[in-house]
Amino acid sequence: MRFGVLQFPGSCDEVDALHAARRVGDAELIWHGERDLRGADAIIVPGGFSYGDYLRAGAIARFAPAMESVIDFAREGGLVLGICNGFQVLCEARLLPGALLPNVNLRFTSRQVELEVLYSGGSFTAACALGERLSIPAKHAWGRYYAEPRTLEAMDRSGQLLLRYAPGENFNGSVNDIAGVCNERGNVFGLMPHPEHAVDELVGGSADGLKIFESMRLAVEGARA
Amino acid sequence: MLIRPKQGILDPQGVAVERALPALGFSGVENVHVGRLVELDVDDPAQLQPMCEKLLANPLVEDYEIELLDGSG
Repeated sequence: MRFGVLQFPGSCDEVDALHAARRVGDAELIWHGERDLRGADAIIVPGGFSYGDYLRAGAIARFAPAMESVIDFAREGGLVLGICNGFQVLCEARLLPGALLPNVNLRFTSRQVELEVLYSGGSFTAACALGERLSIPAKHAWGRYYAEPRTLEAMDRSGQLLLRYAPGENFNGSVNDIAGVCNERGNVFGLMPHPEHAVDELVGGSADGLKIFESMRLAVEGARA
Repeated sequence: MLIRPKQGILDPQGVAVERALPALGFSGVENVHVGRLVELDVDDPAQLQPMCEKLLANPLVEDYEIELLDGSG
């Protein structure tokens, strides 16, 4: 399978995203000004500080030509993974419900976090066990997930809450300890922690992040079979 | 355009300012909220609301007010 990894001015995690994606398939960069997603089976919107995070994180990147193609791609059912700034971009693009707000401590925080898998299955967590803990780095200043209570109830009912911070790990103040959510259709997923930084035990603290990419590979190859 | 956090959503900047003020001797301060101000010149003020909805504010988490200062620019 082939991943396309977007690159905006101010992206900084696109190379790690390429590296992680290449553990399970092929991957190439797509510059933000391009509209052609070049036949990618899945798109990764990576972390960083697209357009300097001006106005609000992700607010301007959402209008990039490549994002317009990604929005069409997602509406056709294509798999889209947004990591950190990518999650913010997907929320701003309304591909995912809710919004990311400044961390409750107002600080940029970089640390390893423990996550709990709330749903095992679908296109992003099929390679994880229900209740499994993933140890993955997080590094952001705008990671406090927020959605209205009514929205959260609907998301909970339709199985869109895929990952949460384990007890004591929710440093950014996200509502209900939510760390990662998908859309109702299950083809767009965003999370603040960085699975692409945790694909090698030597430097990532664990290789747990690989399970997200492996799940995407299983989804794409399963759909072909 | 005045853009501010919606009521009921935690505003940690406002909380930090509210805590800092008494330390400087200002008392009786409550409900501090920190938003932002966007100033611009525009030919057609009817564009301001869609600008706020689509880009300048995130209506999920922010309220905005539009104030026209001088029609002649």
